[in-house]
Amino acid sequence: MSAIWIAVIGASVTAFLNKYTGHSVPEKWLNKPGFMRINALVPIVLLSALVGVQTFTNKKELVIDQRFAGVIVALIALRFKAPFPVVVVSAAITSAAIYNWF
Amino acid sequence: MSINPKKNPVDRTALSVAFTVGLYGAAFGAAGVTAGFSILQTCLLSILLFSGASQFAVVGIMGAGGSAISAIATATLLGFRNALYGLQMAPILKVGGLKRVLAAQITIDESTAVATLQENDEDRKRGFYVTGIGVYIFWNLFTYLGALGASAIGDPSVWGLDAAVPAAFCGLIWPRLKNKTQFLVSAIAIAWALLLTPIAPAGIPIITTVLLAVIFGVKK
Repeated sequence: MSAIWIAVIGASVTAFLNKYTGHSVPEKWLNKPGFMRINALVPIVLLSALVGVQTFTNKKELVIDQRFAGVIVALIALRFKAPFPVVVVSAAITSAAIYNWF
Repeated sequence: MSINPKKNPVDRTALSVAFTVGLYGAAFGAAGVTAGFSILQTCLLSILLFSGASQFAVVGIMGAGGSAISAIATATLLGFRNALYGLQMAPILKVGGLKRVLAAQITIDESTAVATLQENDEDRKRGFYVTGIGVYIFWNLFTYLGALGASAIGDPSVWGLDAAVPAAFCGLIWPRLKNKTQFLVSAIAIAWALLLTPIAPAGIPIITTVLLAVIFGVKK
């Protein structure tokens, strides 16, 4: 079996184990206020980190490029309570315009 | 359950997230083929692994000549957040057996994010399933199309897709930031991830921000 097949199957198995384990941990674990506060912050930190990495990195390098302009436009749209598709499309158009024409 | 995006705001949010994120599957499909994966292998990652960041990590690392072990380890670290999301969703969904297997498979950033934005458990369930199944369908469809047309859509930047994904995540974080502490935690998480990116293996900069959630969660 080639390395690519091992990676495809191995990563798929561990991905599912991650997901299923989360669903199968006893419910009572959640009834602790401290844990609930931590758990509520988890999506904020992970999604924020993802935004940071997806906007400002290229492999292991930190970069500022057209994506940053797109995200700025998205934040402005959010600030003015624009609907979700407008936020995303305006970011894409901004980024594509800068990438293609500058 | 019938889906009605015109009347139901949960469906509307869920489907716009599903379509936008699904579209990015084209970039993944192209990335997979470009990295030397066959169309079948690329599509299997979307069908079986089904977690965008982990999938990009697998093809990125293998494409750059990394080992299968490092690809699996990185994808697993990136996917650990799905375990945390599962922990959060389980008491709301309350499913067992085969339904739990299916719910687990669609437990990803987007389905959990849309679910936790809702005001009551019924809407949370709806948001979770409509987003999760929607992303699954669009993500797999566009993965296939992207893999087929790899050369045509080889560079996602041309289409602005590289900014559309972080913009979509911004749209999901924004409604959660209700006080100064949450803004601060969000900003620190971004700074942390960026500081670690040049020095830590891929995946570590993101997964370790969980420590920030623990620190700020315990402190209060």
